[in-house]
Amino acid sequence: MLTLVGEDRPGIVARVTQAIFEAGGSLGEASMIRLGGNFTIMLMAEVVGGAERLRQALAPVVADLGLCLHIDAMGGGLHRHLVPNVQVRVAGADRAGIVADVTGALARVGFNILELESDVGGDPQRPFYLMNIQGYSESPLEALEAAVAGLVAGGIAVDISAVETLIG
Amino acid sequence: MAVLEILTLPDERLRQVSATVAQFDDELRAFIADLEETRQAGPAAVGIAAPQVNVFKRIVIVDVSGRKNTPNHGYLVLVNPEITHWDGFEMAREGCLSVPDYTGNVIRAGKIRLSACDPQGAPLEFEMEGYEARAVQHEMDHLDGTLFVDRVVSRRTDLFRRKVYRQGGQSA
Repeated sequence: MLTLVGEDRPGIVARVTQAIFEAGGSLGEASMIRLGGNFTIMLMAEVVGGAERLRQALAPVVADLGLCLHIDAMGGGLHRHLVPNVQVRVAGADRAGIVADVTGALARVGFNILELESDVGGDPQRPFYLMNIQGYSESPLEALEAAVAGLVAGGIAVDISAVETLIG
Repeated sequence: MAVLEILTLPDERLRQVSATVAQFDDELRAFIADLEETRQAGPAAVGIAAPQVNVFKRIVIVDVSGRKNTPNHGYLVLVNPEITHWDGFEMAREGCLSVPDYTGNVIRAGKIRLSACDPQGAPLEFEMEGYEARAVQHEMDHLDGTLFVDRVVSRRTDLFRRKVYRQGGQSA
């Protein structure tokens, strides 16, 4: 698992993946997103020679583009996708602790987060916080709603709905 | 009756455009029976299209009647289906018998009007919405060699939320 972080500019993904390809590597799943205006990517790669070979192949690109590189050896493979069945949307005035409060309440009823993204919007004097979580839960929606009821009473909007996947 | 083999990505045959059905005969109806048996044999699919089993004719089957609280027209065999009217759009997660182990968010029309023929060649007309309309659009895409993976939008695209804010807090 490669993690690369740095100042965003066009062409980073192209140069990184070209270097991995030239080292004989092959890519699996990847996720790139800008966070706070910064470039971030995590990608699964497989290469003979492992982490050392990757580090060596990426060294010139990383130095040239000023990126931070982190590599963890780990397993990977096909057919490991978990399909979410619940979506949780959170919105409220921004304050420290919203994520911990909401995810803590969900974790206590066994909710498994599969995807999470969040953003801060609004004006600097009155920022609001938005979070969208998709995950898997064996508990019914009512149990999840009960778990976050205290937070809702405290002024955070938490919308919990089923995600159903149409198989056609 | 037979369970037919389902083509899966990256099989190029799934990209083929299917031909209009001209002969409404026993052979057609026997094939439809096999297609339905194939749909029921797999994971809980609400629809199937002929090209998914290597038959490039404009035939789809949709049945969302097993889903709770869902407006539907029951078990539908649609031959030569055409969508004549679209209205609104919604995003939801889809998967496909031809795309194992992958699901993604797809935008579809919320309501459609549809014309088609039944297995005897008699004309059919439907108005449908929501889940059933989505299933029909998903299956009809197969007839033109399109898969839901061609329409997947980013997991980070939250259409609903954007729509709400653009409309000043009014739910869409």
